[in-house]
Amino acid sequence: MSGVPMEHGLVLASILFALGIAGLICRRNMVFVLMSLEIMLNAAALAFIVGGTAWGQPEGQAMFLLVITLAAAEASVGLALLIQLHHRYKTLDVDAANRMHG
Amino acid sequence: MEIAFYLSGLVAVLATLGVITNTNPVHALLYLIVSLIAVALVFCALGAPFAGALEVIVYAGAIMVLFVFVVMMLNLSDTVEAQERAWLKPRIWLGPSVLSGVLLLTLIAILWLGDGGRVIEGETLTAKAVGSILFGPWLLVVELAAMLLLAALVTASHVGRLSSPAGSAGRREPDARKEAS
Repeated sequence: MSGVPMEHGLVLASILFALGIAGLICRRNMVFVLMSLEIMLNAAALAFIVGGTAWGQPEGQAMFLLVITLAAAEASVGLALLIQLHHRYKTLDVDAANRMHG
Repeated sequence: MEIAFYLSGLVAVLATLGVITNTNPVHALLYLIVSLIAVALVFCALGAPFAGALEVIVYAGAIMVLFVFVVMMLNLSDTVEAQERAWLKPRIWLGPSVLSGVLLLTLIAILWLGDGGRVIEGETLTAKAVGSILFGPWLLVVELAAMLLLAALVTASHVGRLSSPAGSAGRREPDARKEAS
């Protein structure tokens, strides 16, 4: 056996994505919601890398760089929103912020 | 290479399970760091060492440190853990888990029935090729990513401000208007 079939890498990415989406739906604490989003973005990046290495092209790693940029931007904005949520409602429950006061 | 791929993939899946089932935020963060490092090892095993190094430096280094700092700053106590344990009942997580499991099975079935057969040999794609792609034909995309990061910086520094003078001024503004009228 030489080499990994491409399907195995894509299945690993799908498992990580499904775990991330399950965590995103189940949890109400915003810290865990943001961590699940990171898991999902990481799974998408893994799928890009698998595709790029399967064809032997460097575009997969270039797309990985863009995904990591997006993850950094998302994490910074999400954590700023988390700090605001904790500051105003004294809780991390995302359902506490279900009323928009404008 | 195959053993490295399968072992680190297993570690990644188990650590991610640890993230989504843990009730302590700090323990979940440490599990997430383990998961990211395992995914970086998967990248190295597949022949993308540049992406693996970036994963460790940017994801496990920078983004996770941001999470750890925020969790430290919020000073999450034992009450949060007890609340998480109260929320994490089987009645709550069973339905979403079954639904996402069905979605995962569908995805795997589609992957299995597709015309695959391509094998990753693991030849290394160096950072030189990635750099010549990024700063050659993809230069506009790099500029867009830089603008995205700048926008995220401005947004985070505006939203994350705690003692916001704009918010208090906005709250005081109706009173000021009342007084003016």
